[in-house]
Amino acid sequence: MSVPNHLLFTKTHEWLRRDGEIVAVGISHYAQDQLGEVVYVELPDTGLTVDAAEELGTLESVKAVSEFFAPAAGEIVEVNERLNDEPNLINDDPYGDGWLVKIRVSSIDEDAMLDGAGYERFLAEESH
Amino acid sequence: MHPWIGAGAEDRARILAELGKGSVDELFSQLPESVRVDSVGVPTALDEASLLAVLEGMAGQNVTLDDMPSFLGAGVYRHVQPAAVDAVLSRAEFFTSYTPYQPEISQGTLQAIFEFQTIICQLTGLAAANASLYDGATAVVEAALMAHRIHRGRRNRILVAETVHPVYRRVLDTYAGAVGLAVGTVVPSPDARVDVDALAAAVSEDVCGVIVQSPNFLGVVEDLPAVAKVAHGCGAIAVQVVAEAASFGVLLGGGELGFDIVCGEAQSFGIPPGFGGPHLGFFASRGEYVRQMPGRLVGETVDSEGRRAFCLTLSTREQHIRRAKATSNICTNHGLMALAATVWLELLGGNGLTALGRSCLSRAVWLRERIGAVGGGWRLAYPDSPVFNEMLVLGPGTGPELVEQLAREGVLGGVPSRLWGGSWPDGVLIAVTERSSVRDLEALVAAMGRVR
Repeated sequence: MSVPNHLLFTKTHEWLRRDGEIVAVGISHYAQDQLGEVVYVELPDTGLTVDAAEELGTLESVKAVSEFFAPAAGEIVEVNERLNDEPNLINDDPYGDGWLVKIRVSSIDEDAMLDGAGYERFLAEESH
Repeated sequence: MHPWIGAGAEDRARILAELGKGSVDELFSQLPESVRVDSVGVPTALDEASLLAVLEGMAGQNVTLDDMPSFLGAGVYRHVQPAAVDAVLSRAEFFTSYTPYQPEISQGTLQAIFEFQTIICQLTGLAAANASLYDGATAVVEAALMAHRIHRGRRNRILVAETVHPVYRRVLDTYAGAVGLAVGTVVPSPDARVDVDALAAAVSEDVCGVIVQSPNFLGVVEDLPAVAKVAHGCGAIAVQVVAEAASFGVLLGGGELGFDIVCGEAQSFGIPPGFGGPHLGFFASRGEYVRQMPGRLVGETVDSEGRRAFCLTLSTREQHIRRAKATSNICTNHGLMALAATVWLELLGGNGLTALGRSCLSRAVWLRERIGAVGGGWRLAYPDSPVFNEMLVLGPGTGPELVEQLAREGVLGGVPSRLWGGSWPDGVLIAVTERSSVRDLEALVAAMGRVR
């Protein structure tokens, strides 16, 4: 799967999609592929105020558990409740229905983020 | 060095030289003086028969539970001990088997653990029980840490009834500091039950859990629904601790009374009292919190041919996979003791456990009535509070004095109530079980009559 260019990425493999002051967050195709079949997702509570890089929750697959982090500071305004029953959405549609949380951003350091092409280069470097 | 004969003087000198230590004492210098023993009084280099004679002579100085009527309890209880428990336990298939990571060769052990978990769920009234923990004290610690995790470390206070076993509270204090959890203590009402109004005043939005023991350290059965209501009122996890598991024979588990976690000590299930243990921790929680549970879990599944089978499950919580972020440092269970409990409980059955519980309770009721008539300063500390099989009794002297005097009268009368401190009166905690015979009970009452 090619890396979509309309998203921003972190080096911890989260993606962001900005819509005004609301940012949707998920994990990249590469991240879900590394994790394997996701069987459980622990999401944060809505209303929670988080700092950038703060741990938001955990993704559990059949073989590992991984944390995911807030790519921007702000307030959690929505979490993807569908994942409670269908955690595999993260594998099936990581950039769409497999989103994790939406944050009302108070501050974001977009310079520290990668665009799609930059993330692809980062993955290529990582694999060496 | 010989592979299985202990190190000799030369070996010791070499080891110490290698470590840069001048003596064995220096090697262990970090151990506090108070726990070091200079000598155990055994001569060096005896043949086997001579050594046995020396040790038997030493052991013979102990008063055992077979020598005198015993009313010792306070967290360790003597119940009926069918020979079949040890017979099953000592089968090599169980006795020597290690952790059942490989389901293809461990179905027997896994099934036994699954049955243990099932029974614990039935007794506690909760959906998920783990494969066991070491003892009641560490079970309480795990419950506190789990309440802290459920609130994601954002609520950093936990409230514990002072009438939770003092040793459990001491172990909890040791752990809690390490995770930044402040432990608040709720003192009991004059009737020895948790003061629900004081608890309601003490809870707040920073409290992650409320821990009570029932029956509590003073033997009194708590008003569990009232405690659960206060805990849930502030969003805290309600934890019931049980130190005398035989009480499940007649008392509902906290899961049926609103509690989120029920945990504690299951030594009463088929493990004889022994100095230093072993004991057996049990731990159950509501199903929704299963991923925050500590320790090993066995689940039921089917094998490749569709047959019922068992395997370790939800292992991603555990240390061997999750490393530093595991729900607990416990990476094992108390397998053999859990098996003892399972065999014991299955031998008794549900009706048997109820009969055993009733037998304890009826003896306690009988004893309470008799103590009321002993006179000479002997009296029940909490005559109107509900009990199971244990009671705080006050007498003409301090707890340690009374225990000493009763022993001189030929009865192990109980445990001094303030052995580990506490805000309650100084007396004797007296425990009865189904093994307290009428003759034993009469001997206790008669001994009390002679201690004035």
